Amino acid sequence: MAIREARGATLAGLNREQLREMHYKMVLLRRFEEKAAEEYTLGKIGGFLHLYIGQEANGVGAFSALQPEDYVLSAYREHGYAILKGIEPKAVMAELFGKATGCSKGKGGSMHMWSNEHHLLGGQAIVGAQLVMTAGVGFAIQYQGEQRIALALFGDGAVDEGAFHESMNLAALWKLPVVFLCENNQYSMGMAVTKAWSVPTLEPRAAAYGVPYRRVDGMNLLEVRDAVREARERAVRGEGPTLIESLTYRFRGHSMADPAYYRTREEEKLWKTTRDPIALFEERLKGEGLLTDDEIRATNERVDREVEEIARFAEESPFPEPDELYTDVMVSGAGAIAWRTKPSTPKE
Amino acid sequence: MRTITYREAIREAIAEEMRRDQRIFILGEDIAGYGGTYGVTKGLIEEFGDKRVKDTPLAEEVIIGTAIGSALGGLRPIAELMTENFSLLASDQIVNSLAKFHYMFGGQPKLPVVIRMPGGGGAQRGAQHSQMLETMFAHVPGLRVVLPATPYDAKGMLKAALRQDDPVLFLEHELLYNVKGEVPEPNEEYTVPLDRGIVRREGRDVTLVTFSRMVHITMQAAEDLAKEGIDAEVIDLRSVRPLDLDLVLDSIRKTNRAVVAEEGWKYYGTGQGIAAVIYEHGFDWLDAPVGHVAGKDVPMPYSKPLERAALPGRAEVIAAVKAIVPAPASVR
Repeated sequence: MAIREARGATLAGLNREQLREMHYKMVLLRRFEEKAAEEYTLGKIGGFLHLYIGQEANGVGAFSALQPEDYVLSAYREHGYAILKGIEPKAVMAELFGKATGCSKGKGGSMHMWSNEHHLLGGQAIVGAQLVMTAGVGFAIQYQGEQRIALALFGDGAVDEGAFHESMNLAALWKLPVVFLCENNQYSMGMAVTKAWSVPTLEPRAAAYGVPYRRVDGMNLLEVRDAVREARERAVRGEGPTLIESLTYRFRGHSMADPAYYRTREEEKLWKTTRDPIALFEERLKGEGLLTDDEIRATNERVDREVEEIARFAEESPFPEPDELYTDVMVSGAGAIAWRTKPSTPKE
Repeated sequence: MRTITYREAIREAIAEEMRRDQRIFILGEDIAGYGGTYGVTKGLIEEFGDKRVKDTPLAEEVIIGTAIGSALGGLRPIAELMTENFSLLASDQIVNSLAKFHYMFGGQPKLPVVIRMPGGGGAQRGAQHSQMLETMFAHVPGLRVVLPATPYDAKGMLKAALRQDDPVLFLEHELLYNVKGEVPEPNEEYTVPLDRGIVRREGRDVTLVTFSRMVHITMQAAEDLAKEGIDAEVIDLRSVRPLDLDLVLDSIRKTNRAVVAEEGWKYYGTGQGIAAVIYEHGFDWLDAPVGHVAGKDVPMPYSKPLERAALPGRAEVIAAVKAIVPAPASVR
């Protein structure tokens, strides 16, 4: 199909450059995670590693609807969010490597990325914890009369926690400028959502709090983007929270340690071959004459080069100095004992 | 100086700091119209309005989560939990978020969050409403845990807590609210450090280390002991994390004996922790084992005589002192 050369060619109000940038970001997130998996098997990355592969349309779609000053709070599958919010991918990979150049100085790891500058308020390894804090960030926005929002990203497992109930109720009660985006990837670790939820969707739960609800195809970037944009506008207008349920699928196990015995290989294959969000976006753009196979190839090659550079940076970065062990426990430097005879630090 | 109650002292601290700093707000269950379960926040809603005095649903996790989130968004929250016992419902946010964020995220976020909550027994409130849980929080790096015993300290320490950037668990004792004490006039500005104990009574024979309501019981015990010729030094720690250990060790260098007195359970708690650091850093000055007076190792019973038996009293402090201090040659 011939490329529509006309400058004004758009899709969903987005121009060619914007759409190609979104495509690039999805490819970057995917390749970044593939590289992280490689490094994990090489022993360069420790602990847990939860990959975002398969869910890229959610992050790229949602973040494209945000403003730079908006806050984001998330769960532990967050490498992609950190990159999308503006943290250098090198600093994200370095964090995975536990290096001093990581975005949390190597002290957080895969599940705990932060940036004051970019208003990324962390990944949480306690399921649902970000929901109650999102209400608080929303309150601070409201209290100070700011034109920004707090976006909470969470999975279907977080819905099972009491924190979900407490947060939805308070956000609705106080009309807080927050957006709740549930990436329902259908499994909380090995627990199928059909076995964990008493109702099949979040619609009745949203209704219980009087919160507007929208269900989207989480493999369709533009649909996610549109829902978040609409919810953001509502929040900024002072009309309170929205609950978005995005149906998606993670192509890998829960973490690197998970062989995913709880689901069939056929199910995985079906999603990977027919519902891959990157392939779907490419087909859509190609169909609209907004992207060519040559451009896709060029993007893939560019991302391959970038990811190699990102990994090299992480590898060559130094580990934290030994003194970092006791740094930043508290702002004041206080520890368990307030020595009068020694410097008041956590060091014994 | 005028005399006001512990309750009034805390209320004054909140009001004065809210006038000083627009970023400070207070949230909790029934703190607005009701005035707080123990009447501490009475009148604040009239002065500051419902934007800054926020009644919340009965939902401790989101109360503390909201406090944390609001601090991340630039505010300086005071969260009131109806009792320390309910803090367990928010303990995930306190232990996994509040205590960890500054470190875990490489020193980036600051969490100037003050959580006020009353605890302790003695009012026949039963097993689920009578606990001293400072041990649980004092165990965790990243938190400050303070337990003022007097109106003066309650006001000064709360004001200090609201002027620094670390999370503070401000543990009140429900039987202290009506205790009166001298406090400077409202126009006389003062704060009390969050990491310094104070010698409440000087003495040369034994060091009594205590905090919160047990300070008052221990002071009475010290007066009784004085009549028997035993001169006890009483240290009110005021903060258990961080611990003003040098103050304790300086005293032990003089007295060579120590008794730790606390209301909470005896085993694996604050008192044993303090005794352990005394042994670790002050063993050479000790002439006797460190004594330990604590709550009985049972859930708090409701029945009055049983509750009285479960709580440590003056007689137990006196007995613990006599167990390690030689009897004086003659009663002076």
